[in-house]
Parts: sequence; structure tokens; C-alpha cells
Amino acid sequence: MTLEERVMEALQTVKDPEIPSISVVDLGIVYEVRTIDHHVEIDAMPTFSGCPALDIMKRDMTFAVEDIHEVKSVTVTYIRNPIWTTDRVSEKGRLELKEYGIAPPEAHDGNEWRVPCPYCGSIYTTLDNIFGPAACRSILYCKSCKNPFEAMKPVSI
Amino acid sequence: MESIEYRNCLIELLYQLADDDFILAYRGSEWLGLAPHIEEDVAFSSISQDLMGHATLYYSLLEELGEGKADSLTHNRQPEKFRNAIILELPNGTGTYLVNPDFDWGFTVVRNYFYTLAKKIRLDSIKKKSYEPLQHIAKKISVEMTYHLMHWETWFIQLMNSTPEARSRMETAIKLVLEDFAGVFSYGDLGDQIVTLSLIESEATLKQRFIAEVQKKEQIDLSMKMKKGDGRNGTHTKHLTSSLAILSEVYQSIPATEW
Repeated sequence: MTLEERVMEALQTVKDPEIPSISVVDLGIVYEVRTIDHHVEIDAMPTFSGCPALDIMKRDMTFAVEDIHEVKSVTVTYIRNPIWTTDRVSEKGRLELKEYGIAPPEAHDGNEWRVPCPYCGSIYTTLDNIFGPAACRSILYCKSCKNPFEAMKPVSI
Repeated sequence: MESIEYRNCLIELLYQLADDDFILAYRGSEWLGLAPHIEEDVAFSSISQDLMGHATLYYSLLEELGEGKADSLTHNRQPEKFRNAIILELPNGTGTYLVNPDFDWGFTVVRNYFYTLAKKIRLDSIKKKSYEPLQHIAKKISVEMTYHLMHWETWFIQLMNSTPEARSRMETAIKLVLEDFAGVFSYGDLGDQIVTLSLIESEATLKQRFIAEVQKKEQIDLSMKMKKGDGRNGTHTKHLTSSLAILSEVYQSIPATEW
């Protein structure tokens, strides 16, 4: 296994503290990993700029990669360009969001934003509040199984 | 960086953009627990958090340009060094969020709707032509603020078309906001240079776009002034001083600590 692969493996263990089912890799915030000798540079993309989890994820990424035996130092930088969009959430990540009760981001189709319920799959859902408990989430309600749920806010350029 | 003049103008513009978002985020946070209903509490605090994040992006660029640490820029800067428009520092109403808050929701909706629209127009201009790292920030913020504009526009249109009492309160609020709203479009004393150096388009151009946008929704008189002065040149009210004192209270208690 190359060092890059080992770094990616370590980053798989780093979770978003506000959505502990999904790793930073599957969330799509790891943009590039470079290794120079035994020094590791990670370019990460901030999700929402006001997200308080950014600093925590940066720290956790640093710790996780520092734990790899041959790594001497780690630098994690949040880059400005290109910008993170919800298209970067992986297929695996979308399943992990659902397991946590959060509907994965759906593409907008005109003004219609159809979000299937993460619990029962029904599309008979309503948007209660585009803003939710975290910058990246909205609050919805499923009229089929009568559960309130959250959805990741679609973000695209 | 092309020249010292370019650098100075860029820094000046960055402070204006950063301080606007920073102080309005604070005013927004004062509504927490007091908004008209619980869903609004969730939405408004989320918007305020985003705004604080946007300010952080600008302050981080100022940090890279050698202006000092972002935390220090917000907590150790004297009020007269702030470059925000005065309309954004004015209180939400009478009282404070702790004692007898009698806040004005109409004023809040008008101020936030007008500011968010002006901010979008400003960022669209920067995206066309400006300093490249600033353009990247503008692109990022634009994506996030789409939801803010939708939110405030919905409130604005609904209250304008609600009961006669709502309409009359909104009209009073619009007058009050416009008395100082020209300050949002001002670039201060360095304005001509900022525009000549293509950091952003002229005040008049942006103001015209703003008026055209609002008038698509409501045919209202949008003549605006800077009754209390130009915040871009460091003129402020006592309300900025007291807000900054509250904002930096914890930081100032142990400045050496990593927060």
C-alpha cells in the first residue's frame, strides 16, 4: 500500500462531528493529498463557511494522519477554489447519511425539490424549514410515516 | 500585488465587506429566542452563523495580506477602524436582548432583505472582475446566500401584502432603513481608486441595479441617504462601540487564550 493510500484509509476514520456516520472522504471535502518524502499535505474544501465543525475536522484529520508510522508531519489547508458542492458526496456517503436519518442531497429540478423520506422512502414529504440545526441541513416532514427528518441542503454552483 | 495603491484599496474594500457581514451577524444573533416563531429562530440563527462565516473568509484574506490575525482584527480593533455601513450597526429596536427587548421585526426584515440583495449585487460585480482570491470568496458566498435572499424576500413580500397595519409598519421601516442605506453602496474616500483599479464596479452602477431589482417586487421610492455619516470612513454611532464591547467580552477576559 502506498503512503497516499494509507492516508486516505486514515481519513476514512475521520467523521463529521455533526453527522458521525459519514467520513470526511465520503462527504467530499478531501480534495487532494500530496506526500513529499514523509510529509503529508491535505487540501480540504470547507462545506459551509460558517460551519463550526471545520476546525474540528481539520484537527481530527491531522491527528489521524499523524498516527501513521512513517508520517513526519501533516498540514491540512482549507482551499478557496474550487468550491465544495453536494455533488461531491459519494454513493457510500449518501447511504451513510440515510442511515443517520438524513436524506442525501437531491438535485433541484426547477423549483421542485423532491426529497424522499430516509426512513420509508416515500416522496410524500413537505419542507418545514430550509434552515435546520446545522448550516448544511434542512428540516422536512414525511406525511406517509409521520416522521420529521432532516435533509442535506443541495448546494450547487 | 500590482502596487501599494492596489494593495491599500483592496484592503480597504475587504474591511468594508468583512465588517458589514460581521456586525449584521451580531445584530441577527441578538434575535435568538425572540424571533416571531420557532422556525424563524432556527432560520435566522443559521443565516447569522453563515454571515459570520462569510466575514471569516474576508478576515482570513486580510490575515494573508499581513493585516494581523483574524481574531485580533475583530476583537482588538477600535470602533473607528471599522468600515461597516452605519445602517448595519443600528440596534434592532429599543432595549437589549437581555433587558426589555422591544425589537422591530419590520425594520429587521427590510434591513436584511435590502442588505442581502445589495450584497448579492456587490458579489456578482466582484465575480466579473476583481482580485482573484476575492473572486473565489465571492463565488463561495454567493452559493450559500441564495437561501438567505429567498428567505428575506419571502418575508418582505408577505408583510408588504399583509394587513394595512403590516403595510404601514413596513413603509415606516423602509423610510428608516433608506435614511442610511446609501452607506452600504459607498466605498468611502478611496472609492474612486477602488473603482479605477477594477476591484468592483461603481457605487452608482450597483445602486441602480439594486433599485431596479427591488422595483420588480414593489414600486416604492428608493431614494437613499447617509444621514448618520459614512461608516466607510470610520464614522460610527455609539451602538457600534457597545456591540463590539459585548462581542469581545469573552476574548478580552483572557486575550492570551486560544479560543
